[in-house]
Amino acid sequence: MSKYFHSLVLDEEKCNGCTNCLRRCPIEAIRVKNKKAIIIKNRCIDCGECIRVCPYHAQKSITDDLNMLKNFEYNIAIPSMSLYGQFSIDTDMEKVFQAIKDLGFDYVFDEARAADIITEVLKDMVKDIKLPRPIISSLCPAIVRLIQVRFPSLIDNIARVESPMEISARVARKELMENYNLSFEKTGVFYLTPCPAKVTSIRRPIGIKESHLNGAISIDSLYGNIVTNAKKAKVTKAFTRGSTEGIGWARVGGQSYAIGVENYIAVDGIENVINVLEEIELGKLSNLNFFEGLACTGGCVGGPLNVENPFIAKSRIRKLSKNKTKSKDITKEYVKGLYEQGFIGWTEKIYTKDIMILDKNMQRAMEKIERIKYIAKMLPGLDCGSCGSPTCTSLAEDIVRGYGKIDDCVLRMRENLNKDN
Amino acid sequence: MDDKSGVINLEYEVIRYDFSKAGQASSEIKKVLKQLGINSNIVRKVAIATYEAEMNIAIHSLGGRIIVTITESNINISALDYGPGIENIKLAMEEGFSTAPNNIRELGFGAGMGLPNMKRCSDVFEICSKKNKGTKVDMKISLN
Ligand SMILES: Nc1ncnc2c1ncn2[C@@H]1O[C@H](COP(=O)(O)OP(=O)(O)OP(=O)(O)O)[C@@H](O)[C@H]1O
Ligand code: SF4
Ligand SMILES: [Mg+2]
Repeated sequence: MSKYFHSLVLDEEKCNGCTNCLRRCPIEAIRVKNKKAIIIKNRCIDCGECIRVCPYHAQKSITDDLNMLKNFEYNIAIPSMSLYGQFSIDTDMEKVFQAIKDLGFDYVFDEARAADIITEVLKDMVKDIKLPRPIISSLCPAIVRLIQVRFPSLIDNIARVESPMEISARVARKELMENYNLSFEKTGVFYLTPCPAKVTSIRRPIGIKESHLNGAISIDSLYGNIVTNAKKAKVTKAFTRGSTEGIGWARVGGQSYAIGVENYIAVDGIENVINVLEEIELGKLSNLNFFEGLACTGGCVGGPLNVENPFIAKSRIRKLSKNKTKSKDITKEYVKGLYEQGFIGWTEKIYTKDIMILDKNMQRAMEKIERIKYIAKMLPGLDCGSCGSPTCTSLAEDIVRGYGKIDDCVLRMRENLNKDN
Repeated sequence: MDDKSGVINLEYEVIRYDFSKAGQASSEIKKVLKQLGINSNIVRKVAIATYEAEMNIAIHSLGGRIIVTITESNINISALDYGPGIENIKLAMEEGFSTAPNNIRELGFGAGMGLPNMKRCSDVFEICSKKNKGTKVDMKISLN
């Protein structure tokens, strides 16, 4: 495998170099060269902003499909809790789960159950006065990667627990292996994903050595089949499902609500999350206990691979969480047991990703900064994006890094032409 | 120190009550330090110190400047303004002491933690002030 894996890729044929994505990328990881967008691989955090804004659907996410199921004897589906928001409120979710099973799976595990498990762990964490404040939720992998690249001084604030997806995979496989006496290799575990960020986390996990998932299939690619199957679905055996609080994790604020933490901030949309992280880094929110930051509008219901409008989906999740059902099997003792078996906590260190550094040698880096300042002064400062870099300063940086040239600036070119005439 | 080594100078004007621009110095300095590959905990200290200095000038003074000098061994931050100066420095340095009026407190400032935090973040901290003249805060953060 190459050093970087990203679920996010560009379909070159569809891209016409319009620069929409260029400006929207929160970490300036996109350039447009020769009328095609390029994603700078070591910067991309797979947040999916570019997928959302591309009018030509040229930015896309690599996911798996149902053919992958052939590689295993038994297959487990883990539908993201955002799936609850994809159907009208009076839909019988048992039928939806059966419909997923009828796609060719042997077992369907509700991700909301894993959310219930993590809720118990986080309840203890927010009481632990030894942990740095605020504790930052690790639910959204795009945000964890954002912290690695832009806010490394906050790495120690991230809650060292796995995602509901990963814990679902571990618990589901364990349940299946025990019940049917199966070996690890014979079981395939697939996530029905709302976002590319989760796909990348399977291939390039953070905090753990290896993911227990074998693949991820996008919700939008299966939605039609699920709807069709659900119409004729016969539920033979009831599914064990998560609590309404667990389901609530699918919308922003749901986690904080489930934990019952006071003094929290829950923020959706990556730009908004960046703004709050800036404040946290400045030490302005040191009294804050818990920070829930999610890259997508509305939370995971806003994931770019969902089908329903995020606001409608969010409102459904809110209505569903009102009913207040508890999950009976997830007790404190059960969760403690899982924790001790290593099912929940992170084992690996989270590293800073120095994407900004200009040169390992500080002296040379200083010289480069002077050159950037010098070049930036020659540019018009309009941040128009026509050069293929998101701003004039970033073109200056690109030039110094060796990825661009001053003539890329269209306006300067025009000025020079006028002078010559 | 080694006088052949390079120096980076950054200078920012801070205008009274201009909250749209306040914070600019600290975020630009943060970027430069990251480009230099400075350890993230040091970057954070410099960002906090600069931000608090900027805010104090914007809120409590008539206006002033932030001057940052980066060398291979340390970062110097000077914050100076044109008055009105601080009457009792010892009191101003106390945690929780603030003269910020209500409208400023409503914006989330005025906890009286700025100066103590600036001191905590820096390795060397000096403040001098003359009534009706101005205030000067010098902070040094070592890179080693
Ligand atoms: N540059 C300045 N000019 C005049 N007075 C100042 C200046 N800087 C600080 N002071 C005085 O010192 C007091 C304490 O400053 P400090 O930064 O610690 O707290 P604050 O600015 O009031 O609140 P916070 O920084 O927590 O928002 C201020 O309330 C103000 O009276
Ligand atoms: S908010 Fe949820 S759906 Fe969106 S990127 Fe993060 S984990 Fe994925
Ligand atoms: Mg202050």
